[in-house]
Amino acid sequence: MHKEIQFPGFKKITAKNMPWDKVVASGHRACQGCGEILAMGMVMKAVGRDAIVANATGCMEIVTSPYPQSAWECPWIHVAFENTGAVASGIEAGLKALHRKGRVQGEMPSVIAFGGDGATADIGLQSLSGALERGHNFVYVCLDNEAYMNTGIQRSSSTPWGASTTTSPAGSKSKGQRTFKKNMPAIAAAHDIPYVATASPAFHLDLMNKVRKAVSVEGPAYLHIYSPCPTGWRCKPEQSIEVAKLAVTSKVFPLYEVIGGEWHLKKTAKPKPVEEYLKTQRRFRHLTPDDIAIIQEHVDWEYARLERLAAMTDSVEDEE
Amino acid sequence: MGKRIGTEVSLGVAEAARLANVDVVSAYPITPQTHIVEELSEYVANGHLDAEFIPVESEHSAMSAAVGAGAAGARVYTATAAQGLALMHEILFIASSMRLPMVMTVANRALSGPISIWNDHSDIMAEKDIGWVQLFVENGQEALDLTLAAFAIGEDHRVLLPVAVNMDGFILSHMIEPMVVPDQEEADAFLPAYEPAMRLDPKNPVTMGPVGMPEVYTEAKVQCEQALLGSKPVVKEVLDRFADQFGRRYELVEKNGKENAKALFLTMGALGETCMTAVDGLIKDGEDVGQVRLRLWRPFPEEEFLEACRGAERIIVIDRALSPGCINGPLAVDIKSLFYGRDDAPEIVNVIAGLGGRDVTTEDFREIYARASGGELDGGYTVWGVKSYA
Ligand SMILES: Cc1ncc(C[n+]2csc(CCOP(=O)(O)OP(=O)(O)O)c2C)c(N)n1
Ligand code: SF4
Repeated sequence: MHKEIQFPGFKKITAKNMPWDKVVASGHRACQGCGEILAMGMVMKAVGRDAIVANATGCMEIVTSPYPQSAWECPWIHVAFENTGAVASGIEAGLKALHRKGRVQGEMPSVIAFGGDGATADIGLQSLSGALERGHNFVYVCLDNEAYMNTGIQRSSSTPWGASTTTSPAGSKSKGQRTFKKNMPAIAAAHDIPYVATASPAFHLDLMNKVRKAVSVEGPAYLHIYSPCPTGWRCKPEQSIEVAKLAVTSKVFPLYEVIGGEWHLKKTAKPKPVEEYLKTQRRFRHLTPDDIAIIQEHVDWEYARLERLAAMTDSVEDEE
Repeated sequence: MGKRIGTEVSLGVAEAARLANVDVVSAYPITPQTHIVEELSEYVANGHLDAEFIPVESEHSAMSAAVGAGAAGARVYTATAAQGLALMHEILFIASSMRLPMVMTVANRALSGPISIWNDHSDIMAEKDIGWVQLFVENGQEALDLTLAAFAIGEDHRVLLPVAVNMDGFILSHMIEPMVVPDQEEADAFLPAYEPAMRLDPKNPVTMGPVGMPEVYTEAKVQCEQALLGSKPVVKEVLDRFADQFGRRYELVEKNGKENAKALFLTMGALGETCMTAVDGLIKDGEDVGQVRLRLWRPFPEEEFLEACRGAERIIVIDRALSPGCINGPLAVDIKSLFYGRDDAPEIVNVIAGLGGRDVTTEDFREIYARASGGELDGGYTVWGVKSYA
């Protein structure tokens, strides 16, 4: 059945009407060039201050909240590593009850949850799945830096094949990570929630408009944001946006939306070879041309699947 | 005026949460807690309770959602037992350190393994240091009354802590007992609407649950401890207020049996009623024996307890949990350390009884008493009634 999804009150962000207001203040303690904090800042810029944020344990929680300081200019809560979906569920349910009972007046604020890839795809998958399945009206944002960075660059199920991390180190008997990246956006989409999207801080307008759609839709929305981590990926801080851009243009991290079960893919016209992307980061430097060919093949295979999914719902768009 | 009804104790507890007009119930089923939350979900489904019922996917999420809802400013209730409580473990500390009042019924049940759905206190004894106010109830009326009182205790701005109401699984939760149920006006008069001290509000943003560097962690912990220690007079006050309004008086520590008895049993929870019957029988037989019941377990009511034990020469501490590798059961450890170095320290005998639902009868109490009096049970602890399969 075709599901008509509405985005009531959606206001598109352009270069001209970009909000000035920052909700995540500067002066936080993220590393230079951190993709997560950039993405987080963009998400909150698009959402605005009428929001309540639940943040999983991880880099972003640590760098934004060392008491007595806080980078948060909206209400923010951190509870634990694996439960952000549930914490957000509680916030949303609590607000709903209080508003219904007239004990709190005015518009319901947006409820936004942030988790790293570990907090999302591994330890927190259950609580996220529960929250998506129950249909709470909130936005879950996965800031995917492809490893557990806060504890020192250990592999997660979102680490790509061949990446060297501190628990999947490359060595004489190992290529590094032995599995391909878990397809978390597809898992989220499989919950049949109204809105799922991938985004990248290298495409900031696209990212912020997806955020606006996510908050405006009724019910759960999931955003998977590719977030370079110069510290963990061993790339130059000043290049992290470039790396993020290359990830998209090499089809390593395609940008798409799943709206009411329809897959909308922005096709990359002239994709770059993955090698170009891989060589920007020292976590891949041990890979041989044969290894790179394996990755290229996998990337192509995944992209072809995406195209099929998009074709099935007639929503392939050519690059603008 | 409230009405007197005969009902299952679990349903009485659910009724208390309904009377408290909770905003959010988040829960996951586990025996012997299920009847409580089933009943609450029925109330919500039928419009008898205006609340959000969150049927979460695990107890970890039940407690996490409770924290989220509490932080949003809602009055929250949940209930669990055994493995469910253990699964919440991590978040229990966070709920108290965030100073979020909420009420949780723990239908006390043995922890696996082997898996056992029956009653003992091993679940809550593993959680005795969570920084929550903890009460133990003995019968259905008390379960209902203290559930209502628990909201008033936790939400008092001098306290602001979560409260666990411990109720023995099955032997109490599944009993049908006569209970006086207050009417809504009475409940409202006793328990005003929840006024959070702080909540997640975009108009007045706060940061909750930040990183605690070594220079602040100790102070944060001590502040939580002070809040818990400081809750004792509030518990008393609330229970006094309850007595004034409803005519049912509950003390932090209760005593019965012979005045100034030489020997005292110490119990927590529903076993207290069996013990009381046994003590009555022993007194009839001419024994100099009494009983102390601990209703408030955390914070430990030190003065009240010492007062209740004044003059006793022997205290027989009945623990319903084993603390493997420890010198005593968890309750006895507290009692021994309380008396350590005091001139009036009585002999303390520790018996661990009723594990995993093993029946503890009045006969058992009589035998424990006889053996303790005969000096057979001194030193360390005795696990009562261990069968030999040799
Ligand atoms: C139950 C639990 N296990 C482990 C940890 C330790 N821990 C804290 S943050 C973290 C990694 C976070 O990784 P991710 O979610 O990917 O976020 P990132 O730090 O990369 O942003 C780990 C393992 C914890 N806090 N709680
Ligand atoms: S370690 Fe990586 S993710 Fe963490 S703050 Fe630094 S750059 Fe950002």
